[in-house]
Amino acid sequence: MIPVEISSVKKSYGDIKAVNGVSFSVNEGEVFALLGPNGAGKTTLIEIMEGLRKRDAGAVKILGLDPWENGYELHRKIGVIPQDFTFFEKATPKEAIKYYATLFGVKVDPDDILREVLLEDSAGVLFETLSGGQKQKMGLALSLVNSPELYFLDEPTTGLDPNARRAVWEVINGLKSKGKTIILTTHYLDEAQQLSDRVAIMNHGHTVAMGTSDEIIAEHGSGERLEIHGSEKLAAYVKANTELKVEYDGKGLITIALREKIDALAALAAVEQSGLDWGDIQTRRDSLDDVFVKLVRGIIDEHGEITVAHGSNNSSSQRRR
Amino acid sequence: MVSAKRVMADLRVYGHGYLRNRVGLFFGLIFPVILILIFGAIFSSGNSGTLTVYVQNQDTGPFPTPLMDIATQFIDALNSTGTLNVQLAGASENFTQYLSDHSSADGIIIPANFSANYMAGTSVNITVYGNPSQTSSAVVSGTVNGLANAFNLRRFNGSAVIGLAQTTVNTQQTKYVDFLIPGLIGFSILISPMFSLVSISSEYKKTKLFKQLSLTPLTKMEWLASKVIWYIFLSMASFLLMVAVGVFVFGAHVTLTVWLIPFLILGPMLFASMGMLVGTLTKNPDTAAVIGQVITFPMMFLSGTFFPISFMPEYLRIFAHVLPLYYVVEGLNAVMVYANYAQALIDIAVVTVITVILFVAAAKLFKWRED
Repeated sequence: MIPVEISSVKKSYGDIKAVNGVSFSVNEGEVFALLGPNGAGKTTLIEIMEGLRKRDAGAVKILGLDPWENGYELHRKIGVIPQDFTFFEKATPKEAIKYYATLFGVKVDPDDILREVLLEDSAGVLFETLSGGQKQKMGLALSLVNSPELYFLDEPTTGLDPNARRAVWEVINGLKSKGKTIILTTHYLDEAQQLSDRVAIMNHGHTVAMGTSDEIIAEHGSGERLEIHGSEKLAAYVKANTELKVEYDGKGLITIALREKIDALAALAAVEQSGLDWGDIQTRRDSLDDVFVKLVRGIIDEHGEITVAHGSNNSSSQRRR
Repeated sequence: MVSAKRVMADLRVYGHGYLRNRVGLFFGLIFPVILILIFGAIFSSGNSGTLTVYVQNQDTGPFPTPLMDIATQFIDALNSTGTLNVQLAGASENFTQYLSDHSSADGIIIPANFSANYMAGTSVNITVYGNPSQTSSAVVSGTVNGLANAFNLRRFNGSAVIGLAQTTVNTQQTKYVDFLIPGLIGFSILISPMFSLVSISSEYKKTKLFKQLSLTPLTKMEWLASKVIWYIFLSMASFLLMVAVGVFVFGAHVTLTVWLIPFLILGPMLFASMGMLVGTLTKNPDTAAVIGQVITFPMMFLSGTFFPISFMPEYLRIFAHVLPLYYVVEGLNAVMVYANYAQALIDIAVVTVITVILFVAAAKLFKWRED
């Protein structure tokens, strides 16, 4: 059975189309990331899949069940960390796990679970005094209680410091190595790349790209190109003497698109022929960052977090390399 | 469908959290006791000093035998209550003027032919002057009322005057603390479940804790049931604490019977449901808190909790009848003070109906997840 199958899912809040026709399926044992800026519709979509929200249209089958109609049955089989996980302030992680175990009617050793999420040192600390990372780990711990095969993690590391993020990644990688199916949302590119097998890039309620990183780059990237440090004059010479597509950025970088490897030779021959000065030469292809920035017109800030660019000015100068 | 195991699990986590929260504990258990200490001290000090009251006896006889001078016997009985210090005004004085000359609001007129009417069994009124805003006036009217009842009783079964008067004195002296205890129990039955449920139901909605719970096998009915059970426990504990303070500190007379149980169970259930409804129907915790207070405060003061509703003007008394707490307090008074079980039965019926309506509405309207 395919654990997750959704097609043409739609959800509006008033005039805002939060999710506007999204389809995909996720295979068993796969880690699937929904990547996109805030407001792209990731949380609405994941909540529809979890059965926390009703969809306006489309078909959703999670473990063969309709999550809205059969939510109660479905929830016994999935593990969920909602965005901004929160719990009773005056309860400890250990009590929380025992509580969930009774609710799910399962027998678990709380200490085992706490060890698994690297939270054994805070077993007896009240939730209100846990750090952000520890709270998130407690959320992970609770989603482990009913030993689900399918996990939904909604922004599991948002707001955490780098160490806490890596600790959460470690736990998620642990689940992955056990063959669990995981759907996660994130607005961190590196998180999607580190953890997931496949990525769906979401923007304005649509998926604008989907597949493995390589597939997305191949489909939406600009392909291989030659970059030469040189003058505008050199750029003009190469353009005049070859059939190649040559661009000059005005700051001493010439970019030549390569349709085939052999194009590089033609370009270099022209450069040599020109008798003009030139500096470093390299070939490059778009990274997932480049594609992402292009697709959602976003900016990746110094924390690796995506924000949507306002206005139509070229944002590529601000992107991270 | 409701699983006792899950209810107990939720009850355990909630109870632990509640006991760890000092603010909740203070308002749930300590605050009502402080109130009983304060109000008890005020009322009992009012009773320990003798209150001066001016009495005009217009029933001047003549009487065939002194035994038939009921007016004088009544005044003697008033004097011997230990509560009142009777000062006689001349029968021909303008009584209103007389009271104002003595800077007093408290006065009693025994009408002419009082004794004759009494002997004949014809209805006759004693006029009591008073200032409703002062507790002294309540003591005077209460004492006169008590004595009048005693005399009425005596008229029909012929018991000894003195014996009756003594009985009345005892009941009378402790009456205010006796009355205060049911009132404050009603107060604590209202406050804790109501405010807690308003707050948690709106907070859990905001922090999405309800959503999270909806992802477990816990049902909203089980969640609501565990809250109701917790506040029933809390009300029972608070009840015992208040009764203990009332009895040991103020020597209150409290009747403990099984008749109390319906009120201690239905009351918390009623107000927990009401709080749940407020939290469910409002958009955010701030609005919920304001609406909760708008509903709670009038009920807190006008349901006979701190003072009897007989002190209130007619229109407020009518208003009190729409307040659910009124029936809880009236019922507790009927059971604990008056042993009036017919009245208690009516109150139990009213409270049951309100509770069922509110509980069903809360359970229906309250949603784990949103559309």
